[in-house]
Amino acid sequence: MTETTVALRGVTKRYGPIVAVVDLDLELHAGEVIALVGHNGAGKTTQIKMILGLARPTAGTVELLGANPAGDGFGLRAAVGYLPENVSFNLALTGRETLGFYARLKRLDASHLDPAFTAVGLDGAADRAIGTYSKGMRQRLGLAQALLGQPRVLILDEPTSGLDPALRRDFYAIVAARAAEGATVLLASHALTELEGRADRVVIVDRGVKIADGSLDELRRLARLPVTVRIRPTGPFAERGWRRLADGSFEQAVDAVDKLPLLSRLLAEPSSIADIALIEPTLDDLYAHFLRRDAA
Amino acid sequence: MTATAEAGLPTAARREMPMPTILILAVREIREGMRNRWVLATTLLLAGLALTLALLGSAPVGTVGASRLDVVTVSLASLTIFLVPLIALLLSHDAIAGEAERGTLILLLAYPVRRSAVLLGKFTGQLAILAFATIVGYGVAALAVGWNLGAAGWRAFGAMTGASILLGAVFLALGLLASTLVRQRSTAGGVAIGLWLFFVLLYDMAFLGLLVASGGHSLPPLLIDSLLALNPADVYRLLTLGSGGAGGLTGISALAEHTSLTPPVLLAVLVAWTAAPLALAAAIFARREL
Repeated sequence: MTETTVALRGVTKRYGPIVAVVDLDLELHAGEVIALVGHNGAGKTTQIKMILGLARPTAGTVELLGANPAGDGFGLRAAVGYLPENVSFNLALTGRETLGFYARLKRLDASHLDPAFTAVGLDGAADRAIGTYSKGMRQRLGLAQALLGQPRVLILDEPTSGLDPALRRDFYAIVAARAAEGATVLLASHALTELEGRADRVVIVDRGVKIADGSLDELRRLARLPVTVRIRPTGPFAERGWRRLADGSFEQAVDAVDKLPLLSRLLAEPSSIADIALIEPTLDDLYAHFLRRDAA
Repeated sequence: MTATAEAGLPTAARREMPMPTILILAVREIREGMRNRWVLATTLLLAGLALTLALLGSAPVGTVGASRLDVVTVSLASLTIFLVPLIALLLSHDAIAGEAERGTLILLLAYPVRRSAVLLGKFTGQLAILAFATIVGYGVAALAVGWNLGAAGWRAFGAMTGASILLGAVFLALGLLASTLVRQRSTAGGVAIGLWLFFVLLYDMAFLGLLVASGGHSLPPLLIDSLLALNPADVYRLLTLGSGGAGGLTGISALAEHTSLTPPVLLAVLVAWTAAPLALAAAIFARREL
């Protein structure tokens, strides 16, 4: 049984008349990469603040590494890494001064800094003022800060917004490595497509309510969204039920259970088909589906 | 790597004492102050104005020179009442509200840092900046006119400088309180200017008006004492201008003769004026949701 690192039980959070989180149950485990998905204002950041002990739940309990993060679990924050959604470091200080400050707060000495810069690819820029950094470099510095001290729980709020695709790949490679070492990684995001294949588990929240929780495959099964089969015939094609596309190929949406029978039928005559593509429902489709179901 | 982190955890938890954290934060505050030229600017400003006052102020005394340093002390004390609170408020109003706006506050508090340590660390760092600027700025002026003018003069000058730093501490604490109370740095800035106007200008005008209207003698001494103690700028004025060699040079000594506010009491009042806003800020900040 894997260790539970973060547990929210029956958590509700109200800010005056606004209800940010409603009766939420959520358990995160060691070695897991969890994507917390939802619109802006769906309650993602509020959940993160409660996990970090920066906000107290109106009802329910929050546990971080076995203790209350807003109470006696205070010392455990050294074992947590956090990258807020919007953070702008002092532009006049160098990367090393900034990271050194955060390292000292975690009681780490200066020998941890160079490996930390290397890990995020900022070797050459450590001693330059942050004012000279590009947006991607500042985000890397933010990640370096979150990774200090090998945290057991890593919480990243919209970590890849504004990063180019190459940087994103690096970013997720680092995250995956940490999860492989046993850390819990929570990624809050609304960039769904890029989380595909990166998250072991997807938690969808909408207006403070958890509306789906499971691996991408489980969610696909639950949603029973149709798979799109697209073919390019070699000759004339007049079978019913297909939609003709502008480039001359045809597509059809079929239920997941009907996918293999259809394929075997199509492949019975391989000479008539030049190409076949299968388009599985994306995270975006799943997200839209669960939101619709929730609204209904 | 993982092994060292695992081993480092309990140690980090054990070593979680407020003092080192406060120092880390204070050092950062000072470093930022040096980097953004705050330290340089305030030191130059205080030194420049102090030198001007010192050189102008020593002229009428001529070469008799017996109390030249006293004159400088009095001039600088008058400068302090206007300038030091303003500098202190400008330094401190941004402390919490500014970090909240840049997103670094939520990050800082996600670290093993107590909220009271954040306030005290920033206060300590800012006080160090202000003390440095005051000591260097005023010291330069004092050296320029009176380096050989006797131990008594230097003692008075030293007391005035110390009191000036204490007055700065009061307004740093008030600025921190403002920074904790409001959500935006622009609001905090407005509150800071308001505090300065109230304590440095408006309060004394109202106080003078009250004294004039009452004919000067009909007010009970306790009321006058209380009204003086309620404004840290007036407490500072009594403390530095009401006693010693400087007293005779100002009109304050007349007031000082009738008050029961002795220098130790005045010092205690200034310390209380520092501690109370800090304690209030800590209480509010501890309960604040981010």
